[in-house]
Amino acid sequence: MSANSTTAAPHAHAPVSVQRTMRLVMLALLPATLFGLWQFGWPALLLFVVTVAAAMAAEAASLAVAGKPARPYLADGSALLTGWLLALTLPPWAPWWIGVVGAVIAIVVAKQVFGGIGQNLFNPAMVARVALLISFPLEMTSFVTPAPLFSGAAPGLLEGAAITFGAMPVPDAMTGATLLGEVRTELGEGATLSQVLPSLFDPLESGLGTIGGSLGETSALLLLLGGLFLLYKRVITWRIPVALLGSLAAMATLMHLLDPQHYAGPVYHLLSGSTLIAAFFIATDPVTSPVSARGQLLFGAGVGLLIYVIRTWAGYPEGVAFAVLLMNACTPLIDHWVKPRIYGRDRRGEPLDYTSTEPRR
Amino acid sequence: MRLFKIRGGVHPDDRKSLAADRAIEDLPLPPLLHIPLQQHIGATAKPSVRRGERVAKGQLLADSQGAISAPVHAPTSGRVVGVGSYPAHHASGLNVSTISLQPDGEDRWAEDMEGVGDPFGLTPEEVARRVSQAGIVGMGGATFPSAVKLNLRQRYELHSLVINAAECEPYLTCDDRLMCEHAEQVIDGVRIMAHALGVSRILIGIEGNKPEAIAAMRAAASSAGPATRSPGAEPATIDVVRLPTRYPMGSEKHLVQTLTGKETPARGLTADLGVVVHNPATAFAVHEALRFGRPLVSRVMTVSGQAIERPANLRVPLGTPLQRLIDHCGGFREPPSRLISGGPMMGQPMPSTRVPTVKGSNGLLALSETETNRAEPRPCIRCASCVDACPCGLLPLEMAAHARAGDLEGVVSLGLMDCIGCGSCAYVCPAHIPLAQVFNYAKGEMAARGRAKQKQAETKRLAEQRTERMEAIKKAKREQMAKRKREAAAKKAADAAKAAKATPAATPTVTQGQAAPAQEAAPADESRQMPAKAAIQPEQSDAGEQPAKQPGEQAA
Repeated sequence: MSANSTTAAPHAHAPVSVQRTMRLVMLALLPATLFGLWQFGWPALLLFVVTVAAAMAAEAASLAVAGKPARPYLADGSALLTGWLLALTLPPWAPWWIGVVGAVIAIVVAKQVFGGIGQNLFNPAMVARVALLISFPLEMTSFVTPAPLFSGAAPGLLEGAAITFGAMPVPDAMTGATLLGEVRTELGEGATLSQVLPSLFDPLESGLGTIGGSLGETSALLLLLGGLFLLYKRVITWRIPVALLGSLAAMATLMHLLDPQHYAGPVYHLLSGSTLIAAFFIATDPVTSPVSARGQLLFGAGVGLLIYVIRTWAGYPEGVAFAVLLMNACTPLIDHWVKPRIYGRDRRGEPLDYTSTEPRR
Repeated sequence: MRLFKIRGGVHPDDRKSLAADRAIEDLPLPPLLHIPLQQHIGATAKPSVRRGERVAKGQLLADSQGAISAPVHAPTSGRVVGVGSYPAHHASGLNVSTISLQPDGEDRWAEDMEGVGDPFGLTPEEVARRVSQAGIVGMGGATFPSAVKLNLRQRYELHSLVINAAECEPYLTCDDRLMCEHAEQVIDGVRIMAHALGVSRILIGIEGNKPEAIAAMRAAASSAGPATRSPGAEPATIDVVRLPTRYPMGSEKHLVQTLTGKETPARGLTADLGVVVHNPATAFAVHEALRFGRPLVSRVMTVSGQAIERPANLRVPLGTPLQRLIDHCGGFREPPSRLISGGPMMGQPMPSTRVPTVKGSNGLLALSETETNRAEPRPCIRCASCVDACPCGLLPLEMAAHARAGDLEGVVSLGLMDCIGCGSCAYVCPAHIPLAQVFNYAKGEMAARGRAKQKQAETKRLAEQRTERMEAIKKAKREQMAKRKREAAAKKAADAAKAAKATPAATPTVTQGQAAPAQEAAPADESRQMPAKAAIQPEQSDAGEQPAKQPGEQAA
């Protein structure tokens, strides 16, 4: 007793830990991940394993250089989760070194250089994705059509290994563009949405995820389920996802109403690309998002708006990674200017004055 | 009744079932009582008994000192065996002034204990005076002298009395049991306090996890009105309100906001809103003091925690060593990970089981390892759980970061002084960062710095005064000297002139006449320099002029 007599209140603690948070996020990602691995077969599985292993190795090496104990930091699961999230955003049949380079960028450049867990300014997985997209545009935009495991078109384990480790090029018959990319190309060539969309976009397929795309981003439904699980477990709050999806949907609706032939509606934007994984798993990264309730609403709305702007008017078909990074950069600013109101004080920090007015909210 | 929402808060496992259904037992008298002379906020009471003296139960042991203080009474009859010091009921375990009493086993009340038939016939001042004399302090743990709060009507326009029976700390059930078993007495005390405050409305807030207490209090509140009351005044209405179960519902300002929708201004009191808050155990003590003239000499405490063999609610004579409570409850089931006075959220760790119980102790918890769920702190991941949990709208993670960097001014500017220390932030932190401890450290350090600053300023002031004084004395001496010299010179000149008249040999007079102006020139030079100096340093000019007057005064 006397040894503990100096410990201060509170003497009870909620059953929470950093490790538990990371574990729950991974659990929430599991359905979408398994679906992606099944849909894209052995090459996807190998890429996933390589990326996650590289992330763990990069973390261990960085910790060794920094002179920090490896075990507790590796055990917290943050590096595993970063590698996991990065793998989900890669083209499923990308070569192994894409995963390795991405993992090293994410862990070393985006996270450990800033001081490790909790210190990074930008979301590590998104930094890696953007760096890869700019450095290796070909590999990062080579998508494949789904070929579920054990189906006729799917490559076997050896074939898959040959694809991932560069011994064999991706068969031409398998390649295909993503929905966002294809629609953008068609529009660029002067087509209208009513001509291209019916043949390309099926909301049901996009919802379920039986379409081409990044490894773990295709199934809107499973990602939504994972997100709802995190909300239920109170790992994340509703503010960022709702603000993000809300502002994206609002922008899409507005532009669609103005010109339905050139601007797709909200369903298209919500179900396509990385929207849902960003809303529930990327933008909600606690380290790189604001801490106050209003700040989080602002942040989410900013990400949603930027996603729409980049998808619609900028040079890339998908803008999630850029949008998240741009808003990450705004986080310190938001945290500085948007703070909760202190109890008994007005927004400016002055004590409430009952003699003159009712309390300011 | 409409309730209002407050921000933040947490839902800890309340663990009240351990002791909630245990009826209050009387703890047998221990062989020795150690009654600290400061069991309240304010000045330490002054002993009024001597070693060896025999005292009756309820007899004054030490009287209050000054406006904010409380007297201490004998918890039982017996012999005073020591007026000295003993380890405090405090985490530090430091010695404090304490009277040790050996019970004689008779437990005989003093004969002059006399209650009032109709407390409502007394003036508010008289009620407050009796409460003060009974040594009653806030028994929720804050231990602020209750009479001072009853007198708030002299400075504030009050309309409501709120009884804080939220008992939001996990484990604690002492107020719950008191309300279940003594609802009528509590309600009577509440009514007496309302009479003293002159309020028209009484709100009794009880968390929803105490349905039995709510029912008992409602029944007691509706059954009997005050027998008599001061003529013309309407009796106060009583509402027993079921509160949502959420920590820290029992925070005075948050409770008042839940009940009235009004937020107490920062740095203010709930009295600014016309509301005074008291605890049900305090109300019970007021009932005892007014109806029977009995001072506060015992209180109900919850002994609980997984490491306790038999959790219980005990009526404990003040000054009983904690070990007696543990023994009565069957001892420890396992070696406790922590021994705490109060609740697990804000309670203090106790250094030893020797220390006595005091007026503010509402619980003794022996917690096992699994209950404390302790873990090594990890880096902050900015998850903002603490921000969402803070009932005061603070940013605990930012404050902790500033504190860690040693920037205490930064912590203060983020609202350190608005922190109520409830520990919600630390409770929810997934990184197990001891946020509440960091803020307590920062508060203590700021208080220490404030004291150091004040001391420094005082030292500086004294030193400056001394320098001024010394300067003044020196100047006075110089002037005196110059004056004497002038007089001497004048006298000599006069003598010389006289002598010259008598004997016309002029030579010695001339030399003296030349010498005198030369000597006079020195102080004149100095006085010419003075204004020049003053012009450069205007601040010192005042200081330079002031002492100049003093010698004049002294001379006069």
